[in-house]
Amino acid sequence: MLDVRNLVTGFDTDAGRLIAVDGVSFQVRRGRTLGIVGESGCGKSVTAFSIMRLLPQPMGVIIGGEIRFEGRDLTQVPIEEMHAIRGGRMGMIFQEPMTALNPVQSIGRQLSEVFLLHRTKDPTEAWKRGTAMLRKVGIPAPETRMMEFPHQLSGGMRQRVIIAMALACDPAILIADEPTTALDVTIQAQILELMQGLQRELGMAIILITHDLGVIAETCDDVIVMYAGRIAESGPVGDIFSRPSHPYTRGLLDSIPVLENERKSRLNVIEGMVPGLKDLPPGCRFQNRCPYRIAKCAEQPPLERVGVAHATACWRWRELPPRAPLPDQPAAGVSTLS
Amino acid sequence: MTSPASPAAPLLDLRDVRMHFPVREGLFLRSRRTLKAVDGVSLALQPGETLGLVGESGCGKSTLAKCIVRLHQPTGGQILFEGTDLAPLPPRALKAHRRHLQMVFQDPVESLNARHTVGEIVREPLDIHRLGDAASRRARVLALLDKVGLPAAAADRYPFEFSGGQRQRIGIARALALNPRLLVCDEPVSALDVSIQSQVLNLLLDLQRELGLTYLFIAHNLAVVKHVSDRVAIMYLGRIVELAPADEIYRLPRHPYTRALLSAIPRPVPNRRRERIVLQGDVPSPIDPPKGCAFNPRCPFVTERCRVEMPLLRPVAGSPGHRVACHYDIPDQVSVGSGI
Repeated sequence: MLDVRNLVTGFDTDAGRLIAVDGVSFQVRRGRTLGIVGESGCGKSVTAFSIMRLLPQPMGVIIGGEIRFEGRDLTQVPIEEMHAIRGGRMGMIFQEPMTALNPVQSIGRQLSEVFLLHRTKDPTEAWKRGTAMLRKVGIPAPETRMMEFPHQLSGGMRQRVIIAMALACDPAILIADEPTTALDVTIQAQILELMQGLQRELGMAIILITHDLGVIAETCDDVIVMYAGRIAESGPVGDIFSRPSHPYTRGLLDSIPVLENERKSRLNVIEGMVPGLKDLPPGCRFQNRCPYRIAKCAEQPPLERVGVAHATACWRWRELPPRAPLPDQPAAGVSTLS
Repeated sequence: MTSPASPAAPLLDLRDVRMHFPVREGLFLRSRRTLKAVDGVSLALQPGETLGLVGESGCGKSTLAKCIVRLHQPTGGQILFEGTDLAPLPPRALKAHRRHLQMVFQDPVESLNARHTVGEIVREPLDIHRLGDAASRRARVLALLDKVGLPAAAADRYPFEFSGGQRQRIGIARALALNPRLLVCDEPVSALDVSIQSQVLNLLLDLQRELGLTYLFIAHNLAVVKHVSDRVAIMYLGRIVELAPADEIYRLPRHPYTRALLSAIPRPVPNRRRERIVLQGDVPSPIDPPKGCAFNPRCPFVTERCRVEMPLLRPVAGSPGHRVACHYDIPDQVSVGSGI
């Protein structure tokens, strides 16, 4: 449904053109959730902003590649037509639920605006649909909430309003950039549950961008691991977590503290840090932090198939040592209460 | 480190600490109400241990931290540090004690002065307390940078030249400058990337082993807290609702809030069947906390008694060192996964 091919996005800066996303390709299918995971500066948000054509202007430019969506190449669509696609066919959720809302307009006005732009000319009808949408995202007393302003709502409630706006016009795809990062864990659980429920009901595809591997594991069908602008590894969520085939993916999985760890034991680390866009090494970009580095890494490894839909960009994936199996079954704290 | 069981003299002993802020609102700001950010917290830290303090935003954990280092003057209770009550001390008298308790802040960008070199930032505590001469201060700065894993050349550079993880190391070096006994770490790794988080956590663990430091470690990430702590306290709306040895609180959480919190952590294991307790609603406002138990509007086990009577932090029968603020012993139909 969404087919990104060889996307290259860069920024024109005083220091010259910096390439933030370098040859990224992936597909998203109806009713599926694709997770894009990586650390700050890996290009995951820039990828999302490229798809939505919301790159900061005038610095951000899509340099190459195609973004095929419902029969069109979004890189070629005039920006006026993008306005109709965004909000209509494509919904968006951003990290910070306060800045994404207009503080001086009521929730109702902002929510009806979506319907007025894309669906109806009748303000009363738009208001009615807005109220129904708030109810759908689980906001109690939606009639009252419509009249309130963003500051009167808690962070979790605001994020529900954003979700209501994003899903108002029944989009084919929802792009969520760190939708729960600013929220507390108990509220995060509510929002993730809500998004999954709405996806089952409405059947849209979701691109979920996050740095949290736990969120990826619990909500995504497919995963892309990005590092310094390129895809390091991609595949079904089960494969990525049980058979990670890129040293970076392994490093990430091994370095997060999990409840099963022995307390106060040393955590595994990935030494060093992400190279800046200005001084990327030639070849594999992870090489200066990689424990498996060889001379050949000076050449960029291709994204090679290691399983049915599982691919990795590492010359040495066959030689990586086997890993301990995942702790299966109901690990987390609690199963049922009452 | 040390087992928290031995009731030696605690390094830090909080007794019924309260921090109430007046809030003015209404027309012409006439009506006055009170925001009870910290409302009667009692905790003791033994030398060499790490106490993890967990809670959601607005629960008062950062306010409590600021009371301990006296960035706030608490409105009630005692803060006994090595036997001296810091709460009522005027700034001058406080200074002598303060060098023994230092703080590491969450945001490594905001908490470092951008106009000072790293050397000046780390040296500042030595200047303030007039320790040593210029040469010995310089030597101390270099030794501290080395201790936190930064090159000596870092001393002459500015904070913006460093990444988030390195800036947090600078913050830690500054906190260590005066050889403190207690380090209050307020969300020290939550602003950092995953691969950098583990580097900083390892550093904190190494420093504790080497220098015998005592940590109050505040965070919202339960897995991080479990990893570094000997005991864990869970805070909700200004009060401690549960306190237990770290392994125990994860294995046998007693308070319904702790259970919900644990079940809400997304874990990096896909396709795991699990029943998550999704709490309804948000944390209520600390200006108008619910009567009785503050958790009662979100609690799946709420009874009439919970709406009227505030539960006290009481010992849990059969598990020493475990305390919970709940009227009930909620049965363990909690199956807690193997391996935790």
